[in-house]
Amino acid sequence: MKRTVFRNRWLPYALVAPQVAITLIFFFWPAFDSLRLSLYRASPFGDRLIFIGTGNFQRLVSDPAYLRSAVTSFVFSFFVTFLGLALALLLASLANAKIRGLAVYRAMLLWPYGIAPAIAGIIWLFVFHPSFGILPWLLSFVTTYQFNWFLKGWVAMVLIIVAAVWKQFGYNLAFYLAGLQAIERSVLEAASVDGAGPIRRFFAITFPLLSPVTFFLFTLNMTFSFFDTFGLIHSVTQGGPGDATSIMVYRAWKDGFDGLQLGFSAAQSVVLMAVVILLTAFQFRYAEKKVTY
Amino acid sequence: MKAFRHAALGFIAMLAVMLLPPASWAKTEIQFWHAMTAVLGERVSEMTAKFNASQSEYEVKAVHKGSYPETLNAAIAAYRAKQPPHIVQVFEVGTQTMLSSGAVYPVYQLMKDNGIAIDWNDLIPPVKTYYSSGGNLYSMAFNSSTPILYYNKDLFKKAGLADKAPATWEEIEASAKKMQAAGVKCPSSSAWPSWVLVENMHALHDQPSADHANGFDGLATTLKINGPFGVKMLDVLARGAKEGWFTYNGRLNKAEAVMNAGECGIFMTSSAFIGNLTKASEGKFTWGTGPLPRLGGFPQGSSIIGGATLWVLKGAKPAEYKGVAQFFKFLASTDNQAWWAGVTGYLPLTNAAVKAMEASGHFQKNPNQRTAITQMQNGKTTPNSQGIRLGNFNSVRDAIEEQIENVLSGKKSAKQGLDDAVAKGNDILKEFAALYK
Repeated sequence: MKRTVFRNRWLPYALVAPQVAITLIFFFWPAFDSLRLSLYRASPFGDRLIFIGTGNFQRLVSDPAYLRSAVTSFVFSFFVTFLGLALALLLASLANAKIRGLAVYRAMLLWPYGIAPAIAGIIWLFVFHPSFGILPWLLSFVTTYQFNWFLKGWVAMVLIIVAAVWKQFGYNLAFYLAGLQAIERSVLEAASVDGAGPIRRFFAITFPLLSPVTFFLFTLNMTFSFFDTFGLIHSVTQGGPGDATSIMVYRAWKDGFDGLQLGFSAAQSVVLMAVVILLTAFQFRYAEKKVTY
Repeated sequence: MKAFRHAALGFIAMLAVMLLPPASWAKTEIQFWHAMTAVLGERVSEMTAKFNASQSEYEVKAVHKGSYPETLNAAIAAYRAKQPPHIVQVFEVGTQTMLSSGAVYPVYQLMKDNGIAIDWNDLIPPVKTYYSSGGNLYSMAFNSSTPILYYNKDLFKKAGLADKAPATWEEIEASAKKMQAAGVKCPSSSAWPSWVLVENMHALHDQPSADHANGFDGLATTLKINGPFGVKMLDVLARGAKEGWFTYNGRLNKAEAVMNAGECGIFMTSSAFIGNLTKASEGKFTWGTGPLPRLGGFPQGSSIIGGATLWVLKGAKPAEYKGVAQFFKFLASTDNQAWWAGVTGYLPLTNAAVKAMEASGHFQKNPNQRTAITQMQNGKTTPNSQGIRLGNFNSVRDAIEEQIENVLSGKKSAKQGLDDAVAKGNDILKEFAALYK
């Protein structure tokens, strides 16, 4: 690789400055501000700011609802990530085969990614709606069980998991397709000659060779399900019924923006920040060792 | 992303600053931030256009800022960035937040400072008491409504019921069961679960919702909704949900979609829903209205109001406030009040406007718009029914609705659910009280 040498000492700094500035202003500054605010009891209009030390955190720890919210976040994130990746890998393998009309299938599979999470949520809201949704109507022919997610927490959870997986599906598929196409035909052909069947070939060759993609998507989907699903939940369940779909980011938003308890909400952001830093560190420390580039 | 909240705050403030154009030298501009959508938003524009055309000194700019909470957040962000709008529309649950904020220029003061005399005693009593402190009006009454009962006449007919609104919960149960038997999917339901089924039911039966006279005599710190009345009321609903004659259709006004679709027999929501339902039902089904149903064995109170009022924020120039006062004078005029109530379905806010609407025969043509007014006039104003004023009310409402859902799904008993709602609500109220102690 050719090494670029800058003659001017300041030019490289000037070139990275905008990126650094954006990161500082939009990420570090608010993050530190959250950290500061989490130690206060703050009034909405900013006229009262009472230092209470770890008071907000104590309130969080002593709130069983917050613990439930953490569990909900992990359950939700687990299903979105694993179902999402498994489904994307399966369909990517199929879409990688030589079939007629492949381009059409691919385009259609990628489609959902172009849809905003809130819209994806609304689409599934209509599919699941207890009064005029098509799914409860179809299910009513086989069972008398009422799939009313306005009241049944687990149905609401299934609904947002399905919507989130569907929404993220195109993105995952695109990466898996690219990954699959990068695998040398000759390797697979050699395995066939040695007598390996399609399933054996997949687990012995394809899956390991896809591990960098899987690792990347895994991290990305975890983050997606922890944060970006906010719009989806906000537009469909608002965290309900009860608090069955109140994931941590939704609670933090709700207490801060709906409830105007800014310090309490900031404390939740700080906890969330810590969780994600830990998760990412953990993934890079342990999971990445299993990745073959 | 962890910085989402702050980035959003900053961004809103930035937008707010950009949206404020430099003061024009010809007319004094007045920023009016509101949360009215669709038809209601158009009516607001119509109203400000009328005011702007009526004089040449001031120009009121009506800006839609999203939902009620979003509008309040935008105003807070702008205030903290020292670029507040002159007028912001805040929903009734934000009342205590505004009163405590120290950011408000009280309306009675504003009018006095600008030498405009308005007979505040002509305001209908529930509106006046709700938004006054120490007998003085703090925010300008704008859009107020109260929940009423709607019923689908076609579904009543289908079930062989008389064309008459049920007046009690016993009657609702009987009618709804007949409709259920006739295959109606949503025999009875309600929007705004906490507002209608908890807050208003307590007020309607003269039961307290919180201590300190529902927060009118000082900051409330304890909810009272888990008393015998609250438990009995929620028990009825839980039984209805179990037996299938009461259906739950979500928080906020989400349930209204089901009523609009013609699937609900009996339905409770804001009187301001009349306009929407008129449009949605056109050529599809017919409906009528009645007062909120009562539960036997409890005294008479009154239903309470929801909706929003206009708050004036500190930080602008005296000349601009003069314009705000002029605008409010225009809003309070009988002509404007009668027009606004007539086209929106909100309550006419002055007695003079009610009389004018009666004189013009408006209620003969639109009898459903009379229902809410009659209900308020028949009510008895007591410390329990004048309204509810809680700090962080929005969070308290969330806590209540979470538990309503747990009870209606059979996860908890009514008593247990309400006890849990009270515990969570009290925690939120104490936090707020600790801010302003």
